[in-house]
Amino acid sequence: MAGFDNLYPSLYSEKVMKHIRHPQNLGEIKNPDGMGTEGNPVCGDVMRLFIKVGKKKNKEYIKDIKFQTLGCGAAIASSSMLTTMVKGKTLAEAQKVTRQSIAQALGGLPPSKIHCSVLAAAALKKAIKDYQQKK
Amino acid sequence: MRKVYLDYAATTPIDSRVLKRMLPYFKEKFGNPSSVHSWGREAREAVESARSQVARVLGCQTSEIFFTGATTTSDNLAIQGVARAAKKRGKGNQIITSAIEHHGVLDVCRALEKEGFKLLVIPVDKNGIVNHQDVEKAINQKTILITMMYANNEVGTIQPIKEISRLARKKSVPFHTDAAAVVDYLSLNVEKLGVDLMSFGAHKFGGPKGVGVLYVRKGTEIEPITFGGHHEKGLWPGTEAVPLIVGLAEAIRIAAKEKKQAMKQVTKLRDRLIKGILTKVPGSQLTGHPTQRLPDLASFVIEGAEGEAMLLQLSDQGIAASSGSACTSGILEPSHVLTAMGIPAKVAHGSLRFSLGKETTQAEIDYVIEILPIIVKKLRKMAPKGV
Repeated sequence: MAGFDNLYPSLYSEKVMKHIRHPQNLGEIKNPDGMGTEGNPVCGDVMRLFIKVGKKKNKEYIKDIKFQTLGCGAAIASSSMLTTMVKGKTLAEAQKVTRQSIAQALGGLPPSKIHCSVLAAAALKKAIKDYQQKK
Repeated sequence: MRKVYLDYAATTPIDSRVLKRMLPYFKEKFGNPSSVHSWGREAREAVESARSQVARVLGCQTSEIFFTGATTTSDNLAIQGVARAAKKRGKGNQIITSAIEHHGVLDVCRALEKEGFKLLVIPVDKNGIVNHQDVEKAINQKTILITMMYANNEVGTIQPIKEISRLARKKSVPFHTDAAAVVDYLSLNVEKLGVDLMSFGAHKFGGPKGVGVLYVRKGTEIEPITFGGHHEKGLWPGTEAVPLIVGLAEAIRIAAKEKKQAMKQVTKLRDRLIKGILTKVPGSQLTGHPTQRLPDLASFVIEGAEGEAMLLQLSDQGIAASSGSACTSGILEPSHVLTAMGIPAKVAHGSLRFSLGKETTQAEIDYVIEILPIIVKKLRKMAPKGV
């Protein structure tokens, strides 16, 4: 069933709408410590995460994070939500973020939009890996 | 906030003249048309007078008009009904359709394919138009039905229906067309079009949702696909939806009467919108044929902005539109129409369709031309660079 007929499989939650209207940590970090880009070739959505890593009590943590997204509402909301979830967290804690925890934090996502939260989680893993490889 | 509805191809508001005609049939004139008493007779007269009205617009006999539930139910009845009749008579088993049909047609054809019918899907060119010579080559001894839409609801291209019907007639193959998108603007005269079956629903032209028409030319072999009574000569059994049928007839009367004026007025506004968007939004392209298109449809692909994201932003500014991007589909695939036209998924990602109506004003169009560039700019700024 194509888009013109279907419109929304189900409506977005208030939280999702809030992140679409007021995305958090949107933009880019000049000279980031790590950068990860993840796209879905089928739907066409692409996200990029930039991180700055700091050290606190010998633990590496995400000092700053920004995102850029070309994609639908759920893709924007997932990336925005993810940045708020991991900012200030240690890398080990941040790695634990999954598509389920992102979707849950957003008050749920329509089934057809779950892959957007998958993209966000994957982009973060790539950004952290990029940082670790550069180190 | 300002509200601008530019999604008339999805559905139209009911015309107040139509609503007024319908209302008595919900309560005072609530009879069942099959009853013999005066209540029943009153309802029967309303249904039959509606049938005459529709027949006048189509230039056919009243006995050739069947009331159904929607365009999709008409499509189902036409395609399955003709296919089953052919099978029963041991005729052939090949059905010919096009790659850009509405799902109301394509999905029915695919379901029949699973039952053993052979399906041949004719491709379209980059503008979304079927080449009638491809249809000519495809017809063979086994062909039992050709079903092709009058005009496409997503990109607005008008198909060479007359040429295709001529081919069908020459080979004595029944020809069905889904005319859902055209009622307000194009001719529905079945003699001029040469069609044997035609489907459309009322809510696309100022009528109520939940009622449609199937035209069946006299002599066309067709079987019912649902059972349960004598209604609509047994072809679409179930108590007639009297108020909806009355509404459909009034809506088609108004559509026919106002067609010329609507065509002129809507075309002018649509051209203003197309010109405005193509000029003010860099990286935007019109989809569908530049001239051989419905007057109410302005469809685009916009680089670097996703369809659903644009719809949400537009909606926040009070503007209603739609998109064929994968993200709006629910199954993660871009519109089959855009794909059939050779538009890659990456480009279809930025699909955006505005569809105008008779009530659309120039001020509304100008508002969209003012707002859309701001939205696209904002979304592009949010996107990662160089992807």
